[in-house]
Amino acid sequence: MNAMIEFIISALILLGALFALLGSIGLARLPDFFTRLHGPTKATTLGVGAMVLASSVYFTATQPGVSLHEIAVMVFLFITAPVSAGLLAKAALHRRAAAPGKGADE
Amino acid sequence: MMHRLIPRPALSLALLLLWAALTNAASLGSLLLGALLALLLPHIAAPFWPDALRIGRPGLLPGFAARIVWDMLIANWAVARRVVGPLEKLSPAFVEVPLDLRDPFAATVLGSIVSLTPGTVSIDVDRERWVLQVHALDAPDPETLIRHIKQYYEQPIREIFAC
Repeated sequence: MNAMIEFIISALILLGALFALLGSIGLARLPDFFTRLHGPTKATTLGVGAMVLASSVYFTATQPGVSLHEIAVMVFLFITAPVSAGLLAKAALHRRAAAPGKGADE
Repeated sequence: MMHRLIPRPALSLALLLLWAALTNAASLGSLLLGALLALLLPHIAAPFWPDALRIGRPGLLPGFAARIVWDMLIANWAVARRVVGPLEKLSPAFVEVPLDLRDPFAATVLGSIVSLTPGTVSIDVDRERWVLQVHALDAPDPETLIRHIKQYYEQPIREIFAC
């Protein structure tokens, strides 16, 4: 494995870790449920995307053949992440609307 | 005959590509098995897909995908800055995007794309009023957001899915 590929893999892993960290910071710092929802969706798209890409590059470089599993991982993530985020938001709206004295007036 | 054998060509192709990715397209044998699955599974899943998907202009798909990836990178950066910056400056908002498309699947695709581009999470598609409910992390001007979603995401989706 030459230095160039090692550099690319390291950069991708660091980028992924950085966005996972930023997503977590967002989750901790943001004030309410709906704004907090934005942190994790970010971590899954770019954060996991970059790490998974790093994995693909690594295994393609070190083993014979091309490693494509990772693309499937990304596809599944990109399909499921919006579904869970949407369901969480929907449930939160529903609960707030149902709670006495607190209308969903925003 | 062909239509009965392959009722959903797009779904079959997607399954075959997914199978190829899962197995690293390692051998001819595994690809043949994948082709068999791609032919069989749409028949089994048919009850879940009441309307066949019509794809109007598949040629637009790569450009659209590239556009989404690019937007994701830009928007990730923008949201990252806001998350570590002063929070009082944020103006989170619920935004209702009126839709022109009238297809449940296309609406779901649009909602997923809106959720994947950071800074916006789609909450629900109202299929009576055809409105996409979106929560935005920082939308001082909701009109701009609505225009952006309609112009860059909804319009291409309507062309691709012909709806």
